[in-house]
Amino acid sequence: MTKTGFVIANLFRKKTRTILTLLSVIMAFLLFGLLQSVNHIFDAGADFIGATRLVTQARVSFTQPIPLSMQPKLEAVPGVARVAHMQWFGGVWQENTPLFVFAVDPVRQHEVYPEWVMPDAQWKAFANTRTAMIAGRNVANQYGWKIGQKIPIRSNIYPQKNGSKAWAFDLVGIYDGSDENWQKQTNTVFISHYYFDEANQFSSGRTNFFMLKLAPGADGAKISATVDKMFENSPDETKTQTEKDFNVGFIKQIGDIGMIVRWILFAVFFTLLLVVGNTMAQSVRERIPELAVLKTLGFSDGSVLGFVLAEAVALCLFGGVVGMSIATLFGALISKGTGGQFALSVNGWVWTTGLIAIVLMSLAVGLLPALRARRLKIVDALAGR
Amino acid sequence: MLSQITAITGLNLKSIPERWASSLVIVVGLAGVVAVFTALLAMATGFEKTLAATGSTDNAIILRGGSDAELNSGLSRDSATLIKQAAGIRRGADGKPLASGEMIVIAELVRQGDEKNGANITVRGVEPNAFALRPQLKIVAGRQFRTGLRELIVGRGVTRQFQGAELGKTLRMRGSDWTVVGIFESGDAYDSELWTDAEVAQTTFNRGGYSSVLVGLDGANGLKTLQDTLKTDPRLSVDVKNQQEYFSGQTKNFRKQIGFLAGVVTFIMALGAIFAALNTMYAAVATRAKEIATLRAIGFGGFPVLVSVMIESLVLAFVGGALGAVIAYLLFNNFSVSTLGENFTQVVFAFKVTPPLVVTGLVIALVIGFFGGLLPAWRAARMPVTTALRAA
Repeated sequence: MTKTGFVIANLFRKKTRTILTLLSVIMAFLLFGLLQSVNHIFDAGADFIGATRLVTQARVSFTQPIPLSMQPKLEAVPGVARVAHMQWFGGVWQENTPLFVFAVDPVRQHEVYPEWVMPDAQWKAFANTRTAMIAGRNVANQYGWKIGQKIPIRSNIYPQKNGSKAWAFDLVGIYDGSDENWQKQTNTVFISHYYFDEANQFSSGRTNFFMLKLAPGADGAKISATVDKMFENSPDETKTQTEKDFNVGFIKQIGDIGMIVRWILFAVFFTLLLVVGNTMAQSVRERIPELAVLKTLGFSDGSVLGFVLAEAVALCLFGGVVGMSIATLFGALISKGTGGQFALSVNGWVWTTGLIAIVLMSLAVGLLPALRARRLKIVDALAGR
Repeated sequence: MLSQITAITGLNLKSIPERWASSLVIVVGLAGVVAVFTALLAMATGFEKTLAATGSTDNAIILRGGSDAELNSGLSRDSATLIKQAAGIRRGADGKPLASGEMIVIAELVRQGDEKNGANITVRGVEPNAFALRPQLKIVAGRQFRTGLRELIVGRGVTRQFQGAELGKTLRMRGSDWTVVGIFESGDAYDSELWTDAEVAQTTFNRGGYSSVLVGLDGANGLKTLQDTLKTDPRLSVDVKNQQEYFSGQTKNFRKQIGFLAGVVTFIMALGAIFAALNTMYAAVATRAKEIATLRAIGFGGFPVLVSVMIESLVLAFVGGALGAVIAYLLFNNFSVSTLGENFTQVVFAFKVTPPLVVTGLVIALVIGFFGGLLPAWRAARMPVTTALRAA
């Protein structure tokens, strides 16, 4: 019998026990994978965004609109290549589903955001149709929208001039993301700012954000400072930060959920440690005479320690990998089921932390029983002392 | 039969200390499940309580039609004046209608311990009647703001969780400096806000009107009268809601999300705990196989053996569940956190570990204990006496 075979045979000497322990480990790592990917959303949700753009908003808060007349001033700042702007529309789909709808300048949006990919004809249609809207692939799929349809959207903020809050837009394009990360972000609807600005009842010549595309090699920190200095002590003071910082800040608004998730992970792990640790301790206790025989046959203290540790590693590794795999599958299903709105992805980073957890856990539960096996005195063990 | 059950159960329970290590697995496993479950739902409960306490049934809030939250709402000065004159509004001590036109804007403050990312905080401009309409609100430090000056009073929750809102500090908003002159406490969602004079807020933020009007209701039929008056006025397009109804409507999404999270996490953890419990009970049965067989041989029935194993499992589960609830209580009860509310601003609230939550947690623990004990108990009861006696 090979050494590997020996370890496996030992693992399955009490089948029920091993299978039940494995199932516990699988459940724990399933939870670990899912929670850790939620955690990841809060910790580093904006990693894929490069530092090529800055976001300028009102200093007091981004809900406070700022005048569009800032745009030429912003574009004149050295190092700024192009400026786009976005205004929150307060969109509501059907009864009560909030929708991410922003009023933008179609041409500027296209120039500043090369990450949104759409055929040229559709960009043209967006720029040339007064009542145009374009939708991200995810949101279009979720609601089954087709190009050419008229889409009714309510706004819970802006009534039209006639007082009605029911708006309708012509869907002229569906955009994709330039890579996998951006594809996940295609949950937004863009409408033409020109139409919005003249048709709504009380907001005119204002927007919520400016997005500043930087020229190659420009110093983002310096430009931020220049912009904010420019509007200091005016009624519309600004706050300019990188797009990444902006997104991280936005996610953090949700608050202390990340901390709660970490607490749960801690509880899960502590519980698991005890379950598996107990199984290992029990299995070594039962086998003391056998281990003594192994030593009598000439196996070194080190290899006996190795056998026991290998069992712990095998148990944790197998259970961990299966659990993480199920989590990956679940994450993909949830992501798909919510049309990408809740992009739960058990990605490389989550797997890496999972593997680290597996290693730590194997050591935590295997080391004590293994050391006990190593220290066994043959005579005492055989005598049952 | 009953005496047999009592005898075997007593035997089982008394021997637990001798095999505490494996029994501990059930206890700790279930403590984990119940602690997580209780903590998550305590969070939802705390949020709900904070918002429910905010609304008084004696008040009504008037928003622009279809806007759902104050942030999206807006009423012109004229509309607000019309609303304040409507029938159904209680009169104050001065004989005038008890109504407060209020305007909210959002300001960014930085969380304690954070460096750059701001969180949205509600700044509420109020009229003098606002305080009469919210008798629960008390100034606990400093003083009331003076009308016409850029002075703020700050909710207790905000001073605790965010930087820059301490007494005497100056906040900069829209090119002007605001002094924090007082701290108030109301035990509800207003604790997460900054308050100032409505007129000052309107001029500084360049707004003509209000976000909402809060009014006192005149008697039991006040709401109905007010709704009828305002709905039939062709000059107005507004929603009239009972203040309590308005705030409880705002907790719906949060409750749904936390409920979902609690459900998924508890379900997966519970499965894990059932496997752990099964393991432990199987081991408990196996180590005592001989003992059980001896009992059977001297005339004890299979059923009492089954019941006794189930009872042991349930007792361990109960102890675990209780431990979990205690842990959740000690760690999280009144633990203050904040999250995003419907107005897109932070709501500071505290976890509430309530008795019904603890009871639900214990029930879950017992259910897990039941399933964890069932199979091993079945096995113990059916074990052939001769085989068991010969074993080991």
